[in-house]
Amino acid sequence: MRLQYPSGIRIICLPCTGKVDLLHLLHCFEKGADGVYVVGCLEGACQFNTGNLRARKRVALAQEILEKIGLGGDRVQMYNLSSSEAPRFVQIAEEMTQKILKLGPNPIKLARRKMAA
Amino acid sequence: MCPVELPSEYDQGLATRKAVYKQYAQAIPGAFTIQKGDKAPCRLACPAGLNVQGYVQMVKEGKYKEALEIIMEDLPLPGVLGRICPHGCEEACRRCDKDEPVAIRDLKRLAADRFDPRHIEVRCSPPRAERVAIIGSGPAGLSAAYHLVKKGIRSTIFEALPQPGGMLRVGIPEHRLPRNILDREIELITNLGVEIKTNTSLCADLTVDDLFGKGYKAVYLATGSHKGIGLGIPGEKARGVQQGVEFLRELNLTGRAKVGTKVAVIGGGNVAIDVARSAVRLGAEEVTILYRRTRAEMPAWEEERVEAEAEGVKINYLSAPQEVLVEDGKVAALRCIRMELGEPDSSGRRRPIPVPGTEYEINADQVIPAIGQVPDLSALEDIEGLSFSRWGTVEADTITYATGRDGVFAGGDLHTGPWIAIGAVAAGREAAESILRYLDGRDMTEGRRAAPNEHPVYRPVPDKEPRKERGKMPTLSPRERQGNFNEVELGYDEITGREEAGRCLNCGYCCECYQCVAACGPHAITLETHRETTRKVELKVGSVILAPGFAVFDPSRYKTYDYLNRPNIITSLEFERILSASGPTMGHLVRPSDGKEPRNIAWLQCVGSRDVNRADHGYCSSVCCMYAIKEAIISKEHAKKELDCAIFFMDMRTHGKDFERYYDTAREKHGVRFIRSRVHSIDSLCDTGDLVLKYASEEGEVIEETFDMVVLSVGMETPKSTVELAQTLGLSLTEGKFCATHPFTPVSTSREGIYVCGVFQGPKDIPQCVTEASAAACAAAVDLSSARWTQTKSKEIPEEVDVSSQEPRIGVFVCNCGTNIGGIIEVPSLAQYASILPHVVYAEQNLFTCAQDTQDRMKQLIREHKLNRVVVAACTPRTHEPLFQETMQACGLNKFLFEMANIRNQDSWVHSGDPASATDKAKDLVRMAVARAALLKPLSAKRIPVNKRALVVGGGVAGMTSALSLGDQGFEVILVEKEPRLGGAALDLTHTIEGVRIPEYLLGLEARIAGHEKIQVLTESLIVGFSGFKGNFTTEVMVGPGMYERKIDHGVVIMATGASEYKPTEYRYGEDRRILTQIELGKRLEEKGAEDLNHVVMIQCVGSRNEAFPNCSRICCQSAIKNALHIKHLNPETEVSILYRDIRTYGELEYYYRQARREGVRFFRFHRDEPPQVSTRDGGLSVTFKDHVLQRNLRLKADLLVLSAGVRPSDTEESAAIFKLPRNPDGYFMEAHVKLRPVDMTNEGIYVCGTAHGPKLISEAVSQAMAASSRAAVFLSQSEISLSPVTAKVDGERCASCLICVRVCPYGVPHISKEGVSEIDEALCRGCGICAAECPAKAIELSWYEDAQVMSKVDALLEGVL
Repeated sequence: MRLQYPSGIRIICLPCTGKVDLLHLLHCFEKGADGVYVVGCLEGACQFNTGNLRARKRVALAQEILEKIGLGGDRVQMYNLSSSEAPRFVQIAEEMTQKILKLGPNPIKLARRKMAA
Repeated sequence: MCPVELPSEYDQGLATRKAVYKQYAQAIPGAFTIQKGDKAPCRLACPAGLNVQGYVQMVKEGKYKEALEIIMEDLPLPGVLGRICPHGCEEACRRCDKDEPVAIRDLKRLAADRFDPRHIEVRCSPPRAERVAIIGSGPAGLSAAYHLVKKGIRSTIFEALPQPGGMLRVGIPEHRLPRNILDREIELITNLGVEIKTNTSLCADLTVDDLFGKGYKAVYLATGSHKGIGLGIPGEKARGVQQGVEFLRELNLTGRAKVGTKVAVIGGGNVAIDVARSAVRLGAEEVTILYRRTRAEMPAWEEERVEAEAEGVKINYLSAPQEVLVEDGKVAALRCIRMELGEPDSSGRRRPIPVPGTEYEINADQVIPAIGQVPDLSALEDIEGLSFSRWGTVEADTITYATGRDGVFAGGDLHTGPWIAIGAVAAGREAAESILRYLDGRDMTEGRRAAPNEHPVYRPVPDKEPRKERGKMPTLSPRERQGNFNEVELGYDEITGREEAGRCLNCGYCCECYQCVAACGPHAITLETHRETTRKVELKVGSVILAPGFAVFDPSRYKTYDYLNRPNIITSLEFERILSASGPTMGHLVRPSDGKEPRNIAWLQCVGSRDVNRADHGYCSSVCCMYAIKEAIISKEHAKKELDCAIFFMDMRTHGKDFERYYDTAREKHGVRFIRSRVHSIDSLCDTGDLVLKYASEEGEVIEETFDMVVLSVGMETPKSTVELAQTLGLSLTEGKFCATHPFTPVSTSREGIYVCGVFQGPKDIPQCVTEASAAACAAAVDLSSARWTQTKSKEIPEEVDVSSQEPRIGVFVCNCGTNIGGIIEVPSLAQYASILPHVVYAEQNLFTCAQDTQDRMKQLIREHKLNRVVVAACTPRTHEPLFQETMQACGLNKFLFEMANIRNQDSWVHSGDPASATDKAKDLVRMAVARAALLKPLSAKRIPVNKRALVVGGGVAGMTSALSLGDQGFEVILVEKEPRLGGAALDLTHTIEGVRIPEYLLGLEARIAGHEKIQVLTESLIVGFSGFKGNFTTEVMVGPGMYERKIDHGVVIMATGASEYKPTEYRYGEDRRILTQIELGKRLEEKGAEDLNHVVMIQCVGSRNEAFPNCSRICCQSAIKNALHIKHLNPETEVSILYRDIRTYGELEYYYRQARREGVRFFRFHRDEPPQVSTRDGGLSVTFKDHVLQRNLRLKADLLVLSAGVRPSDTEESAAIFKLPRNPDGYFMEAHVKLRPVDMTNEGIYVCGTAHGPKLISEAVSQAMAASSRAAVFLSQSEISLSPVTAKVDGERCASCLICVRVCPYGVPHISKEGVSEIDEALCRGCGICAAECPAKAIELSWYEDAQVMSKVDALLEGVL
């Protein structure tokens, strides 16, 4: 359908959201990402039965950690959709972009800049 | 680029597609096709065969230049013919059936108005030495010259008059054809190098011989018909009498002509009208046309006549001149006579006959006859070899236009007599072709005699095509026309014209504008591909499988619904498209009439099913109840606001596996309303488009309800084309026009070697279709097993180069994908950027990286630059990864040393509005891909041999069938049965509903198995242990009767453990010997008959569809009807009553339900909450229930009470535990995917069939058993399998044996080894990576997605951010 969505998003493919490691999520923020979201199959429709459910738990944990360390738990999110739902994909991309714009840049980035200045 | 918009079949006509199209995004093959019909009727009607549809479409698009290019393929005079052509094409226009024809001529003019034809680049062949002489510069001569010069042949046109153009110039007055238009278009011809010599005619000084003598190699005679025909009445020679053609010639050459005060014009053709209208303009006070027939016969165009009358011309019909009355040698008056119409003459028109005594006179000082012309032959009569017809025309071949004289050709009006300009243009073009062939010495006729197509295939005029008014041509008002020759018709403006072009129906589908040819970068579409037509191919095959599918019932056949005129009544399939995320509304639930979100929707069931009166379909379509429920639930989920869904039905048929539960959920959880009623009328509220349904409730009350939308649950039918196919193949059909099969060979047609599957075999849902498809494949495979692997080739793959010790040397290939990527992203700078990334030793851009020549080049570059990793920045790996990996393998590189950056689907397509950001993103994506590529390691697939033996568990019909199907294909089979005898539950059955005996069938199966050399039967045997993985299983069996243990190695398992009849606890079963189950009744009838039975009562849904066992047992309705019919046949006097909740005789079983009712079986419905009461008081057996029609209790006496007891799975609990197989809550085995893998278990190498999977008929069990065998055979036929190397690997050093991996693996693969660390069997690992992500010690890595490889992408992406 070639629906347009915000261009600030980069996709990293994995075989299943079950492979998304908590460390991967945190590593992104450590390196300066402003937001990360995990997009998995609809719940109940995971090709590997439970991968997306595991991912959801890890995202929740990442949220908790980010919240605790002051980065903001909302910077990481989990979404579920099926491969035929392009409009929903766009909706998610827009929603996430808006969310991050509202939250502003990764505080680590700002702190580093301050330090450099 | 394609201008032709057609309704999309995929979107059920709710959206459009182009004539060049792909069926739908996921279509297989994923290729585009061009839909073509025959040449459109307008094109065929044009004497010059102009591609009308093509240029009309171009005009529609506003592409006037392209329109002219199409027109000028055949016609060099677009602006001229766009004004004066009599447009026979418009009479052929199929829009005439709907409203009015498309204004084709005016659209041609619009193109020429909007773009100067002189600026069209006409492709000409290189000029040749020969020259040709053309006599006459009318349309025929000009056309011949034009087409000759296109062929590289230059010509000189000799014109007798002072100006070129022939009749176009001197025959047509300027108010119809402005001179500058004609001049312009003659100029375009002379611009190509054609020479015109005016004031030069054939005469004594310039003969044809002279021309040949001067070196002209051929002569084309096109002098036209310029001599007026005399009236043949007295006084004709008087002053004031002038021929119409002469009058017009004088006017058109000098701009003046002598005109009288009162002018009489004789004739009914266009010349007469032209003369009359010119005379008015020149100042004549009174102009009268005399025509001897009526208006209906008048050959002049209607619009010309209307304009003439508007300008003040009088027309006297049925009048003929008798004498010109002369005074002083000058015209004084005209004596006329009235005519009447007699018998038709040779032209088919009624012959005018003078009416004696009706003579009258009209005043006239000028008489202009315009009753016809003939060629002036004075200069041609002496030409040697030329012959003339009795009409005074030159004779020439009708195809080649060659005359009797070698090298001399003739055409146009000189050959045909006066005819239309476009005819002369066509003649000129044909003469040019002949002259070319003549000069080349080739056969002039070859391939030019086109056979007429008697049965052209056109796009049907859509039923829903709305009426559209034809665009109005603006004209000068009659007042503005006075005293001048300004052009009357002003031409369309752009908006009107393009709208008018939009009325074209595209009869030929593709309009052959060839815009796609020009647009196709890789030249995949060429003029050659456009010429591709249906080919006949002869194939030698060993068997045939028919899967032609079905057609959706067309509800417009029902008057009640008025489906075509009510946009908010749609079919279920249309509704599916509305719900689909990729559909016309992108999944937004709105109604068609006004795009409003509906508040309530009604579904009407059984539209075109179970209806012999209006639909002629007595069968049930089997799928509609279920899809209606599904649509209702999805609608409720999609709707943003509260949505009410009501399903109107007769019997709810949710008989499939787990379907009843779904029905319950819809009703109880989602609040879908189910109304048992047939809607008898629908009224449409015109202003809102809402629909009022009138129906009777179960209590008989008439209710009116308004709905925003109505969905018709349309059934399935066999299309006519499939019926014809069956006739061609000589196959028998059933009453419902489905393919006839036998219950025990459900996929075999009546012709040996031809198999059938899917809905053509009988109405069914997707899981059954998929199952049956495998079954048909099995049947074919049995026939062809000796030929297996005889016609295949194996690919040679060179040995792999070990690159593990080398530094990464990455090659990056950036694809433009035509303009898909290159049109948005700056590909050259991206390739340049890639070349300086770490480890990249080579980078380049390609127009199409996937093209074969690029692949060859890639191989060369891999070798040349010693590349050991490849990154392709292009499209999606889902479609293209295997292609590039194959290229790498061909160079000895491991295919896992490959990475793709998806800069099309994830970038250029979705950020096309922001090219700069898209280019930045592409750089990121390439950098990320390169980073990961550098860390990739070669992986190799483990290959393990396959044990080709199958284990079949269960020796019922399903087990025996699958054992035989595999054995017949040459595979060894061990069939394990717990009982002493094979046969299973079928041993208790007597016959099928079709009346086929079952015991004999079982004996036959048993005998075949006993004698089969590949099948070993273990009866009285129990399975006690199972281990291994697909291809290499080991099963432990206790073999009876001695119960010794045996270990069997095998490659696959087929589970066919069956089911049995439920032993009822309801309805006093077991308390009274007169209360039986259906199976018991079957046996009783077999043994004792029904002579002693007066009353038999049956109760349905015993042990099914209740709290304890919510699902439907599928087969009990047909069992009851089967036995009821059996009783009726044994003893027609017996009264049989069936108490039911819904009768579920799906598919063609419905016919037996009808038969039962016809034969007097009584059906009473009861409600789930009010089950019948059974009484045995005083020794008399009776059943009491509440009748829903009478709304009161009824009591039925019964000699026998028969309980339709449901089905229960046998032994699945134990087998499930041993084989680790999932079961549903009812205890049936669960397939891997309900629709797509209906006989596979999730555990690879294990398949399921028969009633162990769910209740089913014998025929269905046989299908499924064959399907399971087919799936097993696919696996067993390989000698070894290669396991994906993308699996989890444990680093034993780091493993803390915490058991997390053991717990999280969805497949239970990891276990703790003897060494006390986790071990993952790569043969069993599916590669999801869940364990790797969970492992707290990070001891597990998923190959190809190692943490370092994943993180490298993050690092590369965020490089420099901090």
